[in-house]
This record gives sequence, structure tokens and C-alpha cells, in this order.
Amino acid sequence: MFKLLKYALYDILKSRFAIIYTVFLALVAISIYQVSDDLSKVSLSLMNIMILFIPLISAVFATTHFYNNLEFIELMLAQPVKRIHVFLSQLLAVVIMLSLSILLGFGLPMLLWGADSSLITLLVVGVVLSSVFAGFAFLASVLTRDKAKAIGISLALWIYFSLVYDGLVLYIIYSFADYPLEKATLALVMLNPVDLGRILMLMQLDISALMGYTGAFFQQFFSSGSGIFIATFALLIWMLVPNYLATRIFRKRDF
Amino acid sequence: MLKLRKAMNRIFSFILILCLYAIHAEAGKVILKPGQSIQAAVDRSAAGDTLIFSPGIYQASAVTIRKPLSLIGNNHPVMDGENKGNIFLVASENVLIRGLKFIRTGKSNMDDSAAIKFFDSKNCVIENNILVDTFFGLHFSNSSNLTIRNNKVNASASREFEVGNGIHLWKCKDSLIEKNEVSGHRDGIYLEFVTNTLAKENFIQGNMRYGLHFMFAHNNTYLKNTFKRNGAGVAVMYTKNVTMQENRFEENWGSSAYGILLKDISDSKVIGNVFLKNTVGIYMEGSSRIDFKENTFKENGWALKLMASCDQNLFQANNFTRNTFDISTNGNLVLNQLNENYWDKYEGYDLNRDRIGDVPFRPINLYSVIVEKIPASVMLWRSFLVTLLDRMEKILPTMTPDEMIDHSPKMRPYDFGT
Repeated sequence: MFKLLKYALYDILKSRFAIIYTVFLALVAISIYQVSDDLSKVSLSLMNIMILFIPLISAVFATTHFYNNLEFIELMLAQPVKRIHVFLSQLLAVVIMLSLSILLGFGLPMLLWGADSSLITLLVVGVVLSSVFAGFAFLASVLTRDKAKAIGISLALWIYFSLVYDGLVLYIIYSFADYPLEKATLALVMLNPVDLGRILMLMQLDISALMGYTGAFFQQFFSSGSGIFIATFALLIWMLVPNYLATRIFRKRDF
Repeated sequence: MLKLRKAMNRIFSFILILCLYAIHAEAGKVILKPGQSIQAAVDRSAAGDTLIFSPGIYQASAVTIRKPLSLIGNNHPVMDGENKGNIFLVASENVLIRGLKFIRTGKSNMDDSAAIKFFDSKNCVIENNILVDTFFGLHFSNSSNLTIRNNKVNASASREFEVGNGIHLWKCKDSLIEKNEVSGHRDGIYLEFVTNTLAKENFIQGNMRYGLHFMFAHNNTYLKNTFKRNGAGVAVMYTKNVTMQENRFEENWGSSAYGILLKDISDSKVIGNVFLKNTVGIYMEGSSRIDFKENTFKENGWALKLMASCDQNLFQANNFTRNTFDISTNGNLVLNQLNENYWDKYEGYDLNRDRIGDVPFRPINLYSVIVEKIPASVMLWRSFLVTLLDRMEKILPTMTPDEMIDHSPKMRPYDFGT
């Protein structure tokens, strides 16, 4: 398992994509640091980029990576190693690479020019979102044999979670405006990892606005012990469930 | 001869002693020790006397002062009200109370128990006192020319109805409230029917309801005060000719907490104030002809909630930075003016380099209108969808009021030295 992971990691870290992605993130962070005059503006701009692009890049990259390495995977499957180890090594390598890129690309400028709690949250949310969407991508990849179809599924999931879902929530909130919606919106937020990450950031950035009405309810929830536990638990489920499903399908898949 | 001189000497020394005694009596200095009755000392003393309190604890309940006296504490002697009613009651001119510590008044809304209660008084000075756990702190009615300076008024009740106001003035005029610290009371400073009064450099923090609360209090000036973390911020109503200058309104958080709530205020000036981290910086309704200039709105949830019932107000040369929403309103009618403000959300350009943006700025974004209608939707703020909606609204305004517009937005923030 570790040997497999080691080679998968070597392979992925040496790839041009890993370097380009890290440099891209670093350039974004550096330019934002140069333009903005204070830290909360930096985390605001970084968040806008992160919420949108990190899931997208993670999803597309993980899918293409799986298909590019399909021959290697097939070769490995012919060897006396466990199927699950082959799969997990690929998955972990992708997650580690994506996380490292974020930590380096965003983290180094932060080390240089300073960071506050909102930027640390941003890093954590970035890593979590990367692993969630890598999981989705692997699930999409094992579901179908066609590379284009798999990328299509990943993109559809991305569009659903970053755009369509919020539209639905907005529609629900609008339709049921006369009812107390605090708990309902909280539940709805748990059903979308992107929203969950965004709200963790909001708790840091727009705390003054959130102290009013519904926001105060959310703030109380996310700052209480059980709230943090539930939010973490929800994120963990979002990270683990797609991967678990993908593993199950992969184990039975006929190559 | 010798006898005579001796007798003369004696007479002289007697006169001398008599004179000295007389001088002493004229200054009327009475020194009180713990355990003595304050009321008896007050009754014995003549108008203009000075009572000096030695350090220690005095039982004091409803001590009534009806003549000009100076009460001066040496090293903050403690006036213990023993949870019974008022501690001092004053109805006189020229009373000075300095350097005393008041503890444990009664806790009753029936008589509004206070540490010091003034009725129909004039030219009184209350300074350097410490008030701990009093129901009302300093309570004045129908008085004038008061100087309230350097007092520390602190209560530690846990609920609003368990405590009265820190500094409470009713039907007073021509007074000065300066450098006091008030915390833990219901309202920090409460003024009703108070005119021509200056409140200056007070530090009002952590009160249950409002930091400053006034009604029908015309022609007053509020200068360099700090109002921080009060239950509902500052609320002022039904008043004209108010000047608020260089005050700080900070961290008033809550669903109905405001930096300032202005209700039916007119012909006033709000200049050079700082609004920092409030849920709502300023909430206005039914207010007219107020000039807002050179204020700083920073990191508020809503910098301004300007209800459609306000008219002829002018917002000029203010800085709006890092507020979640700059302005929200509840209608399409806009009768107010916005000029030459700096908005950090402004994205226009300045071709002729006169430091004023060439494109007007619309400070209301679509989502603040939606959030105004449905507070729960604040949770979608900063999502991709909402950003898209806002962009579209910026290009083709449909839901936001057209008239809420700054035609001359500044390119760079003003430097107010805050």
C-alpha cells in the first residue's frame, strides 16, 4: 500500500499540472495580497476564488488523472496486490497533491505577509473542498468507462453544488418566507459541502451582519461545541461517502 | 503696671483665640468619622459648610440635603445604602459632592432608588465618585447647571428590569456630563426633556439596553463619547437640533442592535463619528434634514438602514469600508442625497483624474434588498449564485431603487485620522 502510494505520489508530484496549479494559486494569492490593503479583504477575495475554482479544478483534474493512469492501474491490478490498495493509493495521491498545492500556493504568501484566523479557516476549507470533489471525481470515474462522460458527471456535480443548489435554497427560502426557516436552512446547508465551507468563512468575515436574526442563530450553532461537532461530522461524511462508494464500485468493476 | 500688661496680654490672647475660633467656624469644616450620622451632621451644618468624610463605611439612607453644602470624601469613603431606597436626596443650589463611593441602593422601580437623587437643584457639581451596584446611579429631575464629571458608575445586574439607568436626567438644562464611565446599567445615559446640555468624552459600555437614550432633548451636543457593546446600541428619538461629533459606536451586536437608531430626529448634525463592527451602523426612520459628514463606517453588517420615511438628509464625504452591506432601504422612494462618499465597493474609473469617479455608484445591491425582506436568506451571501445576481442587477437595475445613487463617488478614502 505505502509503496503504491509512494510511486503514485512521485508520479503526480512530478507532473506539470501539480507545478502549474501551485504556481497559479500562489500568483493569485500574491496579486491579491499586493492589491488589497488589509487581511480581511485578502481572505474575502481568496474565498471568492476558492469557493468557485478549487472544486472545479479538483473535480476535473481528479477525473483526468484517473483516466490517464488507467493503464497503470490495470497493470497494478494484474499484480498480487489488493484492489482497494491500488485504488486508495491513486485517490490519496490526488488528494495529497491538491492539498499540498493549496497549502503551498496560499500558505507561502500568508507566511510572508501575515494571516489571521479567517485565512487559516480558508486553508482548511480549501483542503476539505479539494478532497470532497476529488472523491466525487473518482466516483464519477468508476461509474462510467467513458472519460468524457466522467468529466461531464464531475462538472455536473460541480455546477449543482456551487450554483444550482443555492438557487434551489433561495427558491425554498423565498417560497416559505413566512415560516421560521432557521433550522431548515441549517439542514439545507449541511447538504452541500460548498455551502458549509462558505458559511464557515462567513462566520469569520461577516460576523457583524450575521449577528442579526437568522445569523445569530447560525453563529450560536457554529460556535457551540455540538455545532462544531455536527459541522465537522457533515464535512467528514462529504469527504468519506463518495470515496467509500467509489471504492465499492471499483472493487467489483470488471476491467 | 505689670499687672495691667499681664491682664492686657491675657485679653489679647483670649481675643486671638476667639478670632481663630471664629475663622474656623466661618469656614465651617466638619470632619465626619465612620459611624457618625450623616443626616445629623447635615442638619447641624450651616449653608456653605464643607463636610469631610474620613475613610471608612457609613450607613447612609435617604440623607436629605436642602442647603448649599460641599460633601468631600477623603480616599473614597463608602456610603452604604444597605439596600434601602435612595442614599442621598438633594434639593438645593450649589451642592458639591466629590470623591465618595456609593454602594447598595434599594432595588425598586416604585421610587426609582438612586445613589444620588436631585430635585429642583441648581449649580451642583458631582465629580470623582464611584458607584457600585446602585439601581439608578445619578438621578436628576427638574434641575439646571449641573456638572457631572469623572464618575464611575458600574452595576452588575444580569437582567434589564433588575437595574435602572446610570446617569438619568429628566427635565434638566444647561448641564455638562463629562468623562464618566457607565457600565452594566439599563441605559448608560438617559435624557428626557433635557436641553442645552453637553455630553463629552464619556465611556459607555456593556449596558443592558441603550448606551445613550434620549427623547425630546433638543439642542444638545454629544462630543467624543464612546458607546461600546451596549445591548441595543444608542437610540435617540423625537428630537431636533442634535449635534453628534467624533463619537465612537462599536460592536453593538444583535438582531435589534444599532450603532445609532434615529427616530424622528430633525435638523441635526452627525459629523466625524466612527461606526465600527455594528450589526447596523445607523438605522433611520422618520428623520429629516440631518447632515452626515466625515463619518467612518467600517466592518458593519449594514452601514446604513435608511427607511423610505426619511427625507432631505445629506450624506457627504463619508468613508464606507468593509461593510457587508453599505445601504439598505425598505421602499423605492428616495428623498435623500448622497455625495462624494468613498465606497470600497466602487469599481468605476476616473479618466480626468479629479479623484471623483466618472461613473455613479449605486450603494444598494440586490441581495441587501432580498435580505431586508427575508432575513434567513443572509446565509446565501457570497455564494456564486448571489454574486451573479448582484452583477446582473448592477448592469440592469430592476429591484433596487434608482434614486439611491452617489453621482460623485471618491476614488480614494478620506483620511480622518481614525
